[in-house]
Amino acid sequence: MKTYLEAIREALWEEMKADETVFIMGEDVGAYGGAFKITEGFLDEFGPDRVIDTPISEAAIVGAAIGAAHMGLKPVCEMQFIDFIAPAFDMIVNFAAKVRYRTGVGAGLVIRGPCGGGARAGPFHSQNVESYFANVAGLKMVAPATAYDAKGLLRAAIRDPDPVLYFEHKFLYRRVKEELPEGEEVLVPLGKARTAREGDALTLVTYGAMVYKAEDAAEVVSKQDGAEIEILDLRTLRPLDIAAIVASLKRTGRLLIVHEAARFGGFAGEITAQVCEEAFEWLDAPIRRVTALDTPVPYSPPLEDYYLPQTEDIVTAARWLLAY
Amino acid sequence: MYRYLVLTRGLEERFERLFKQGKIVGGLYRSLGQEATAVGSALALREGDWLAPSIRDLGALLVRGLDPRDTLLQYMARRGSLCAGKDNTNHFTVPELGILGPVSPLGTQLCVLNGVALAFKRRGEPHVCMTYQGEGATRTGASHEGFAFAAALRLPIVIVVEHNRWAFSTRSERVAAVAEWTDTAKAYGMPAAGVDGNDVLAVHEAAVEAVDRARGGHGPTMIVAESYRILGHAQHDSQTYVPPEELERWRARDPIPRFERQLVERGVATQEELRGIREDVDAALERAVDDALAAGMPDPEEAMTRVYAEPEPDVTPWTRMTPVGYADLEVLAASSVLRPLEADTPRAGAATAAETAR
Repeated sequence: MKTYLEAIREALWEEMKADETVFIMGEDVGAYGGAFKITEGFLDEFGPDRVIDTPISEAAIVGAAIGAAHMGLKPVCEMQFIDFIAPAFDMIVNFAAKVRYRTGVGAGLVIRGPCGGGARAGPFHSQNVESYFANVAGLKMVAPATAYDAKGLLRAAIRDPDPVLYFEHKFLYRRVKEELPEGEEVLVPLGKARTAREGDALTLVTYGAMVYKAEDAAEVVSKQDGAEIEILDLRTLRPLDIAAIVASLKRTGRLLIVHEAARFGGFAGEITAQVCEEAFEWLDAPIRRVTALDTPVPYSPPLEDYYLPQTEDIVTAARWLLAY
Repeated sequence: MYRYLVLTRGLEERFERLFKQGKIVGGLYRSLGQEATAVGSALALREGDWLAPSIRDLGALLVRGLDPRDTLLQYMARRGSLCAGKDNTNHFTVPELGILGPVSPLGTQLCVLNGVALAFKRRGEPHVCMTYQGEGATRTGASHEGFAFAAALRLPIVIVVEHNRWAFSTRSERVAAVAEWTDTAKAYGMPAAGVDGNDVLAVHEAAVEAVDRARGGHGPTMIVAESYRILGHAQHDSQTYVPPEELERWRARDPIPRFERQLVERGVATQEELRGIREDVDAALERAVDDALAAGMPDPEEAMTRVYAEPEPDVTPWTRMTPVGYADLEVLAASSVLRPLEADTPRAGAATAAETAR
């Protein structure tokens, strides 16, 4: 059995083994092996030229990754917590995302880091930052829920010629355990959603750690209400697999979108708009969202639990939609 | 060296003329009076080295081998220009010339050039990077992170700080408490050299030393070139905040006549030979301008291309598809944005159920 964390580590290790242009750069990734031990043992195996401890300088890290990518290297930058991507915002939004468009020279790089709440870590170690970047053309974004996808998407992200933000959910690091195929090349293409559960009564679109709460909710609704919810795990947020969402919706007629990020300006809004433009006539009910509150992520357990979408919230929303 | 100085000034004079004719698109930022810094420093580089300019370093780009015609196409946003009409000024990257384009947020190109230097180091290639910043730009977070990163990793990079006294309209003394701008480098454990930025030979000498140091594996160096921004920040800036006597003082230190005097006094060239170079440059620039003016503008749909490496799905806005309007549903049904109406009609029963539920 492999944990979600081990899956990430394996993808990175195997890509670095297979391709010597791949290297990792970040704070404490070398001797310490990373804050969450993703890169433990990497320094011994790959040496300080490929496992680079940097100053606490997120902008410098991402900037150097862009330059190195221009020179044909494949950098993987670790943000110790994805919240700390904020100091690198300028480099990502104004440089990495636009450089191919502006100059014709791309920057294939990966920026990965632990996201998400549930760890009682407060406002600066718990955020989901995807919407901060959602409006920026030129970026790709992935958010795996399973160990298989964590491995397969990281591998695809490293091989991708464009900048990819890779959001790994810290709550899943050691809680998710799966059998991963041995020897077989686990590679998950960017831009393709996964049907996590089949159903005909309602389409539930989600990603990241919320996939598990959605599955719990679907189980409750199946047992108690006799209705089967179809769960789409987006896996990649940009490019968004709108075709998969619309195809499922056309079968079910109802759409519920669940994400752990805050509501205002979140992905649920974009998905809602695209569905209204492309499949309005198939909707038998209004589209509903279950998201975190529009507040910073609070620290104390009762506050954080209230802030985060819970299984009961998803059950309530699903029942409302089914009864509509 | 002299040729590059007059080429830079002559090309910028053409830019200004074209700007006044409305042919330059957007803002125009000149390097008048600062040409010696860009030219003298860039001449210290070799083939295979990389350079990232700031906004007043046209001379450095010409030294790298950039064709003046390409800069003209670029500044006029023409078809086939270096940024294909997608970005302005000197924001182009030309790998074969070792040119890395900056973006408007200042100091960022230093961070990116660090990555180029990192790649040189990793591969054991003996190449060097050079980048430029106005003193104002050294105050950004990206600059500070870039200095620290370059120094900590001992990267082969030379940072030329162009101390031209003004960050747009703000005097340099007001943006930093350091008495000498070279002191900035001390905090990062980086050696720094102050130099008269209007003396092309002095700049070159300092740059050669810094480049050698970088090439020898001894890490980054900061060069502070003391100069003056003779014109406003850009063409729109009337420079009312600049004391006229101060401007006159610096105009008298114009680097080009100064270098001409040096060349003639030392017997390197005669006035006649220098005039010959100027005439050569003028003729070449006139041809480049005519040539560039003959180029067309890019096709509007070009705006959609090259966002990602792989072509994306058609993103033509639905309002640009013809005809537009809900009146003509049959035509809309054929569009790629809206669903084919005839293929699948909404389930009448479901609609009724929804109404009942309400």
